Amino acid sequence: MDNLNIRTAEDVVIRFSGDSGDGMQLTGTLFSDTSALLGNGISTFPDYPAEIRAPQGTVAGVSGFQVHFGSHPVDNPGDYCDVLVAMNPAALKANRRWLKRSATVILDGDSITEDNLRRAGFASDDPIAELGLEEYNVVVPAITTMTREALATTGLDHKSIVKCKNMFALGICFFMFDRPEEHAKSYLTSKFSKKNPAIAEANICAIEAGYNYAANTHTFANTYVAPASLEKGTYRSINGNVATAWGFCAASEKSGRPLFCGSYPITPATVILEELAKRKDLGVKTVQAEDEIAGICTSIGAAFAGNLAVTTTSGPGLSLKSEALGLAVMAELPLVVVDVQRGGPSTGLPTKTEQSDLMQALYGRNGECPTVVVAASSPSDCFHYAFMAAKIALEHMTPVVLLTDGFIANGSEPWRIPSMSDYPAIVPPVVNEAPEGGFMPYARDEKLARGWAFPGTEGLEHRIGGLEKDALRGSISHDPANHQKMVHTRAAKVARVADYIPEQELFGADEGELLVVGWGGTRGHLHTAVEQLQREGQSISLAHFNYINPLPRNAEQLLRRFRRVVVCELNEGQFASYLRQRFEGLHLEQFNKTEGQPFTIVELKEKFSELLNR
Amino acid sequence: MEYKYTPTDFKSDQEVRWCPGCGDHAILNAVQRALPEIADALNIPHHKFTFVSGIGCSSRFIYYMRTFGFHTIHGRANAVATGVKVANPDLSVWVMTGDGDSLAIGGNHFIHAIRRNVNLNVVLFNNEIYGLTKGQYSPTSKLGKVTKTSPYGTVEKPFNPGELVIGARGTFFARSVDMEVMLTKECLVEGAKHEGMSVVEVLQNCVIFNDKTHALFAGDKATRAEHTITLRHGEKMLFGAERNKGLVFENMRLKVVTVGEGGYTIDDVLTHDAHTEETTLHSMLAAMKYPDYPVALGVIRSVAEDAVYDRKVSEQVEQVRSTSKIRCVDDLLRSGETWTI
Repeated sequence: MDNLNIRTAEDVVIRFSGDSGDGMQLTGTLFSDTSALLGNGISTFPDYPAEIRAPQGTVAGVSGFQVHFGSHPVDNPGDYCDVLVAMNPAALKANRRWLKRSATVILDGDSITEDNLRRAGFASDDPIAELGLEEYNVVVPAITTMTREALATTGLDHKSIVKCKNMFALGICFFMFDRPEEHAKSYLTSKFSKKNPAIAEANICAIEAGYNYAANTHTFANTYVAPASLEKGTYRSINGNVATAWGFCAASEKSGRPLFCGSYPITPATVILEELAKRKDLGVKTVQAEDEIAGICTSIGAAFAGNLAVTTTSGPGLSLKSEALGLAVMAELPLVVVDVQRGGPSTGLPTKTEQSDLMQALYGRNGECPTVVVAASSPSDCFHYAFMAAKIALEHMTPVVLLTDGFIANGSEPWRIPSMSDYPAIVPPVVNEAPEGGFMPYARDEKLARGWAFPGTEGLEHRIGGLEKDALRGSISHDPANHQKMVHTRAAKVARVADYIPEQELFGADEGELLVVGWGGTRGHLHTAVEQLQREGQSISLAHFNYINPLPRNAEQLLRRFRRVVVCELNEGQFASYLRQRFEGLHLEQFNKTEGQPFTIVELKEKFSELLNR
Repeated sequence: MEYKYTPTDFKSDQEVRWCPGCGDHAILNAVQRALPEIADALNIPHHKFTFVSGIGCSSRFIYYMRTFGFHTIHGRANAVATGVKVANPDLSVWVMTGDGDSLAIGGNHFIHAIRRNVNLNVVLFNNEIYGLTKGQYSPTSKLGKVTKTSPYGTVEKPFNPGELVIGARGTFFARSVDMEVMLTKECLVEGAKHEGMSVVEVLQNCVIFNDKTHALFAGDKATRAEHTITLRHGEKMLFGAERNKGLVFENMRLKVVTVGEGGYTIDDVLTHDAHTEETTLHSMLAAMKYPDYPVALGVIRSVAEDAVYDRKVSEQVEQVRSTSKIRCVDDLLRSGETWTI
């Protein structure tokens, strides 16, 4: 490269931001996929409003997509951005607080109109001054005008041309970070070529125009971010919802049980159902049910019939599924319920992330009704934990709640593709013929799992249901001693899963000043914050939990080895309460946040430093 | 295939605990008599019969059958059964449900199972009351019905299950009375033969909380002959002890006439066409109420339709599988854009 204006960087965070109809999610995805293909470490964070086309030009209608890429593995999408692409004044205003001190701001100059300033709530006609951005590197290219000029000869109508302005902005970013255009071009070609090749060409042309504009003016620095030294292997980019769907496909293949998903669309979980609906090539059957209850009930029916059954939802849907989940506990059928958590209660914040369904997952049912609860902690490990959730469900004959959240469900990262030969077998306790003396539906194996006899298997006719069961025969029993026994047995069966899951690992020394405890989708942020403090010489470790119920066998022992323990979660302290209830006398500090946003590294480090110095 | 099962082959070892005199005993009897015939007619071995129920007196049914059975939760039998049938379309799946279970708490699943035309055999026990909770009105209780939760009479109109099924463009609807075991059996056999969702409503007497609710038109053989009409495809719509009363269509309405009186001849009497897709007449027949009309029994609607949900789901899976390049999870993980380091 002969551009003298080249800098190198280890980490860059770009936030693409505009109206919810401006195509920011696509722009961000194309940039992050391009960077992933170059071998950078990547983490992304889409942050969008609940409305499909929220009021134009308003702060509430701003849709954002943040990409963090680096010359090392990246496990969080970054708090503050180096580059903010703002397609209008509202986007600038909404993201002002997320700018690093040295940030470059690219604002579409054509968007600074009286209307837009008013809609975004500016008092003056100078948004840059009003937001105190004089010291920042603010560039105000006329993106809309230049896109229009570049596409003037395409023959497209005005509206279609203006829609390509996001690709112009992408072209600018491609120049700034020396990214090739091929991936974006081939994506656009395949996306539009069938329906409307002219649109594909116009978008491609806009990328080129943006790139050339940035190259020709000397306004933009050109920054090089070297590929990360990642483990050798074949990689792909994946988001949490697709990874979850594929994890179930993998479990289906390993267990030989066909995969069934009954589900009802709900943000932010819907993509799992959409992905599974595509997977008919692997024999997956999906039922888009009439409601959340039918989603789980069709799955319970499929489980009874011998399928690996899953149902997918978010918090409000889990509420509706509670009674049926109790039936799955009582009938002792394998079932995975995925709850992609979002801000609650009630409809809450559908597109924002939170970890506030933990108590619901653990306890939200009538009666003594234990289930296994597992949580995934990054977009790509949704694959692993979906697989493990299915394995536990099938081998232990129990429902499992798999908790993910909006942040890891929509976020994406590069993933070293595993080989299915590296994954363990799944062996459910299928009964193929009646043993001597007849089939006893509630006879148990060493895991306390009952035998799974599918309808259609000769000689195994039996009845199950939601009424209390005789401990062996499965017929209705109201006997007091039998009920007591069954309550204990169901609890013991779930507790015994602890013998089959790995011990809890620690990141850092296994004793010291401060232990940070987290669970689920906050791992990337917690890990980065802890790692940075460790580098500064602090005595700090991280225990990040994926197995919530039962907890790993060594959990208590590990928690008691530190002078202070702080439990960090995106709720008001649900995991902390759970740990206190489990381990008497354990003193826990808490760091909680319910803003619908992930933690920031900065706020975590501040909190940990304060605790370390206390 | 001749299995030569007998009703006893379908009796479980559980003691039947419905109240003495309950209409459910007769329905159990009819089902246990129908299954051997269905097994032979449709080549279904014993172990493929699977019964799913919700909650209520009717739903205890599955414990009395020596088949695979799943006693689920209130209102959800149709949803659970849909899952069973889609997962394994080879099974003969039966839903045992009541007017509370399928028309109140489970109304949504009921109409959607009908809309999808899942190949289920639904037996709807209609006693117009909540029995297991001891006597509250149901969505089929007659307007003004006095019950424990309507001490001054209900002020809400009931559903007519037949209208609901046909309104949702159900492909099969039949009606019987608990005491007419042979007619119930006939309806069950026809329902089982029908590919798609079949709903057989059985007017059932709750001897404790709603005794004789159907008695005015169905109380005994003589009453039934006068006040019900048993419809059979291709046959004239005639009823009465003398079989001289008939239904004619006049001024956009059904009308009861006596053949040979008022200028009406046998040629004026309608011939039942259960197979027409048209819902209007089926709906009118299902809606006929005593005392203005005879209550329609038998197979009111039986329409062959290609779109049978569970079969279509399986066919689509097979079709995609036969052309897809993705054959296993390793293929899937490596599909689309990847890069190697």
